[in-house]
Amino acid sequence: MRSCKVVLAALAAALVANLTAVAPASAEIVINVDQGDTQPLPIAIPSFGGAPVAGQLSDVVTADLKRSGLFRPLDAGAFPPLGSDVNLQPQFDAWKAVSAQALLTGHVAADGDGHLRADFRLWDVYAGEQLLGMEFTSTPQNWRRVAHKIADAVYEKLTGEQGYFDTRVVFVAESGTRAKPVRRLEIMDQDGANPSYLTDGSYLVFTPRFSANSQEITYMALRPTGSTLYLLNIDTGRQEALGHFPGMVFAPRFSPDGRKVVFSAEKAGDTDVYVMDLASHAVARLTTDPAIDTSPSFSPDAGRVVFNSDRGGSPQLYVMNADGSNVNRISFGSGRYTTPVWSPDGKLIAFTKQEGGQFHIGVMRPDGSNERLLTSSYLDEGPTWAPNSRVILFSRDTGGPGAHLWTVDVSGRLLAPAPYALRASDPAWSSLLR
Amino acid sequence: MNLFHSPTARAALVILAAASMAACASRPKPMGPVATATPTPPSRYAAPGPGAVEESQETGAPTPGSSRDFVINAGDLVYFAFDRFNVTDEARAVLDTQAAWLARYPAVHVRIEGNTDERGTREYNFALGARRANAVRDYLVSKGLSPSRIDTVSYGKERPIDTSVGDAADSHNRNAHTIVTDAAR
Repeated sequence: MRSCKVVLAALAAALVANLTAVAPASAEIVINVDQGDTQPLPIAIPSFGGAPVAGQLSDVVTADLKRSGLFRPLDAGAFPPLGSDVNLQPQFDAWKAVSAQALLTGHVAADGDGHLRADFRLWDVYAGEQLLGMEFTSTPQNWRRVAHKIADAVYEKLTGEQGYFDTRVVFVAESGTRAKPVRRLEIMDQDGANPSYLTDGSYLVFTPRFSANSQEITYMALRPTGSTLYLLNIDTGRQEALGHFPGMVFAPRFSPDGRKVVFSAEKAGDTDVYVMDLASHAVARLTTDPAIDTSPSFSPDAGRVVFNSDRGGSPQLYVMNADGSNVNRISFGSGRYTTPVWSPDGKLIAFTKQEGGQFHIGVMRPDGSNERLLTSSYLDEGPTWAPNSRVILFSRDTGGPGAHLWTVDVSGRLLAPAPYALRASDPAWSSLLR
Repeated sequence: MNLFHSPTARAALVILAAASMAACASRPKPMGPVATATPTPPSRYAAPGPGAVEESQETGAPTPGSSRDFVINAGDLVYFAFDRFNVTDEARAVLDTQAAWLARYPAVHVRIEGNTDERGTREYNFALGARRANAVRDYLVSKGLSPSRIDTVSYGKERPIDTSVGDAADSHNRNAHTIVTDAAR
């Protein structure tokens, strides 16, 4: 493996947030993320002033909010003039005149000690009051993360939901031909910036998944003679094989505390779900049915595991206790259900459903109720949740050009290509970075 | 069905080839000056141009006990129905030939690669491909082949033998592919 080190050293210079002047919690503008017919909120984000990077920084904030589908950043060409002091109250009438409901102003300064200070204010234009005033301090090279943190703060204030912009995505970058495929693990910021390969393409790779702290990835490698599960530390670039098995091993996924990996192993054609303790490498078998049992995913409280099994005759979703007891089928609709993934808030399970020649990404409650299909195409597959449980990333192949990454929100209303133009599959979303 | 692995299709090709040779032989040869023949260099010496130059296939009679002998005279592929892994009657006929061939060459080892079509999700298909590879393995063992001569692997939907898109490709890609891993050259 080539040098796979992804430098997160800048993280060490912690992002420091200071709440400066928080307004009373009487926000009049609120985006209801559950409502299917919500119009995106018109928000004015005039280019931040100060340090040379300030304008780029506010561009990143604007792009994050726009891509969420919940905000409509307004055209800066019509903006009224703005004073250079973020502490001064804006002329709200002038911002009403350009139809802004929210206004985000900011100033970025380079400190004498080499730090970057980003100071911003979020204003409710119609109520004429400040909703948020914060300052982030970081190293200059971390300016994109500062922008994502500002976007998260705005998103959180106006939707009441945690943001998801200061995150990364790992996935399989696909190249080569269908006959001679090349697959490399690649990691990037959720907005597509800072892409970096983690493997060199000398072997096929599949299904990377983050640990809870997003510093480790477990994935499957396929070589002509068999498969291997790996644990890869993206800080150090070191990786280790997760044991040796006589048959195929695949479908690895971390437990919520990152101390275990649940996966599938095959013996003499029978695939079951196992769990490995990463400290001791002790392996426990969780299913014993002669059917296919695969794609396990822990509940966020680690008490249960959802998986897919064809023990009932076709692939369906089942939930069991984390020790393998108390197995219950939860999917009962027509069609074939696979790749269940528990949402980070525990309230939903996303899955792939195959029905009538089409593939769908759907969600249901952990008891199987309220199934909703969010997407449909020739081949949609492999959902992964944003850490706020509001957005799902998945891969879509329309039947020819190869797979690409797409996002959809849990309402199913906001479907969009992910910011990665090349062929890709098996995405996994990190938790919020620290 | 993969045409190139069907005995009927192969027989038809032989007949076609014979017919075209006969047609050439009966055509009157034009008389005239004989041009000096320039030897055609092997294709791998051709000047580099756009596009890859594929190495030509081996021709002629295969070495007995070789990988090519196995492919031509035993048949290396058996097919399955959608989401199934039972060995069909048609597959059994091919596997009986494989078993007989392998009995003739006891030093040969094989790897059975289970494959699926792309109409399923990745992880499920790794499991399904493993079922297919093991169904073939079990059948060969039931025909007297030592399990120590057989490895199995599943490529799921990741290594399709037919890289086109559609129902025909899907039916080709639901297979178990027997590969000779240790054989006469």
